Amino acid sequence: MTTLTIHPTHTSSAPAGRSHLLRAEWTKLRTVRSTWWTLFAMAVVTLGVAAIAGATVSHNWHSFTIIQRATFDPTGITLKGLLFSQLIIGVLGVLVMSAEYGTGTIRSTLAATPRRARVLGAKAALVGTLSLVVGEVLSFGAFFLGQGLLRAPAPHALLSQPGVLRAVAGGGVVIGLLGLLALGIAAIIRHSAGAITTYVGLLLVVPIILQTLPSSFSQPILKFMPFHISDVMTSVVTAGQGTSLSPWAGAGVLALYALAALGLGGYLLVRRDA
Amino acid sequence: MIEVRELTKQYRDTVAVRDLSFEVPPGVVTGFLGPNGSGKSTTMRMIMGLDRPDHGSVSINGRSYRDLAHPLREVGALLEAKAIHPGRSAYRHLQYLAETNGISRGRVEEVLDMVGLSDVARRRVGKFSLGMGQRLGIAAALLGDPGVLLFDEPINGLDPEGILWVRNLLKGLAAEGRSVFVSSHLMSEMALTADRLVVIGRGALISEGTVDDFIADTAGTYVRVRGPRISEMTEVLEREGASVVDDGDDAIAVHGLDAAAIGELAAAAQLVLHELSPQTASLEEAFMSLTRDSVEYHGRTTDVPVPTAK
Repeated sequence: MTTLTIHPTHTSSAPAGRSHLLRAEWTKLRTVRSTWWTLFAMAVVTLGVAAIAGATVSHNWHSFTIIQRATFDPTGITLKGLLFSQLIIGVLGVLVMSAEYGTGTIRSTLAATPRRARVLGAKAALVGTLSLVVGEVLSFGAFFLGQGLLRAPAPHALLSQPGVLRAVAGGGVVIGLLGLLALGIAAIIRHSAGAITTYVGLLLVVPIILQTLPSSFSQPILKFMPFHISDVMTSVVTAGQGTSLSPWAGAGVLALYALAALGLGGYLLVRRDA
Repeated sequence: MIEVRELTKQYRDTVAVRDLSFEVPPGVVTGFLGPNGSGKSTTMRMIMGLDRPDHGSVSINGRSYRDLAHPLREVGALLEAKAIHPGRSAYRHLQYLAETNGISRGRVEEVLDMVGLSDVARRRVGKFSLGMGQRLGIAAALLGDPGVLLFDEPINGLDPEGILWVRNLLKGLAAEGRSVFVSSHLMSEMALTADRLVVIGRGALISEGTVDDFIADTAGTYVRVRGPRISEMTEVLEREGASVVDDGDDAIAVHGLDAAAIGELAAAAQLVLHELSPQTASLEEAFMSLTRDSVEYHGRTTDVPVPTAK
């Protein structure tokens, strides 16, 4: 039998550590079109809603009732488009994981990195960072665009006013955490359609079902719903204090959701056959 | 070197692989043969650490796959054709794989060139033919210049020129001292490529050894005898302890005696022979006779005990 004659000249001797894994995941993410389409769609809806809200409020201010004027939140109204972005970032977060299962790439990925928890860790670091950065850019962009279009006598907000910076920055944090939640759901469910349906169901359908139930039952649960939390986090003027979590508690709850989904997803990824 | 020990894998109530042990030594092509659904792909996935065995273990160069620091530099595998994101280019697919194992970009260009995909490397994989997908999969397997290589049905979807190329590639890789493990359900292909064979049926080992041993052991050789008074010849041969099967057309197939002995007996009995020809069963026939039971099994129930041993 001949001895092994492998020529290591082709390969570098640098250890494949975390940085390599992150770079590889970044290569994967940026070399498919779906990434850029989802980010583009987020920008369009978030900024578009801000522009429409700013323009229409200015135009219709004279017909607002006294109560509407008193509770008007110029910050919150320009951030409403983030609700759509929360759905879209879910698609991106899901696809980062589920597209690998759908195409079979997952087997290449796991053969290259048998320590599977690291794979999910790198994906989480990347998705978390990307969605947070994009979320912040869009949130601040929507805020400034919307405020620029709000004309007197309609009031507009300044970052220096109490609660405004917290609300605008909070909009980006929501996007960041929901991107991670979607990634975790995809790690659990593994199919694009199933994972996206579950994500959208959690955000949209569960609150609708809850609202059909007696409020004594639904109210204590509704405040834990992601859409409700994000609404509180991106608003300066909040209606009905006692029925909502504080913005900070809400952020904590969202982070717990993301952590739980990633934890379970990571556990299953390590346990299950690829 | 791959060492598979007592591997068992069960999916719900079906046993996919049962108490399977074999070796894939360096320097030769080891063919992995079995009918469709006999557990070849499952075994390969367990070798690659993708599926978890219920029992048993696999070691690659003495270590388990999970413990390899840079697995792509030690084991390369083509498991499925086109298991690649269709929206990504061939170059980018190899690039991210290279990045996970600290392999240089230069090596990416090199393997693309080796498999003849340099010209289409920037094109989306979704537009690739099955054959091009296979070539890309082979490029990925070669990326880390590994000493152990696994190919699951590598010639699927290839044209004759591509098949010839794969055959020569496999032999060349083995000649460089690598352990090459290639699965197929086509015996004829293995006859041309493999030096050693691991044959499985219904997830259990049927035979392991060289190709020549395999043919000799299983169907064995026999002698075809034809003549005008063949029934008398049959009596003579059976008296000498040979086993005789009717071979049609005044001909018989004789096992247990060689052509010389049969000729002597015919002369002693004064029987005229029109044909006395030693036959070698083809690899295909040997394979068919070995796996016939395994194939038939699939149409029936699942809890019939599996014969191991060869």
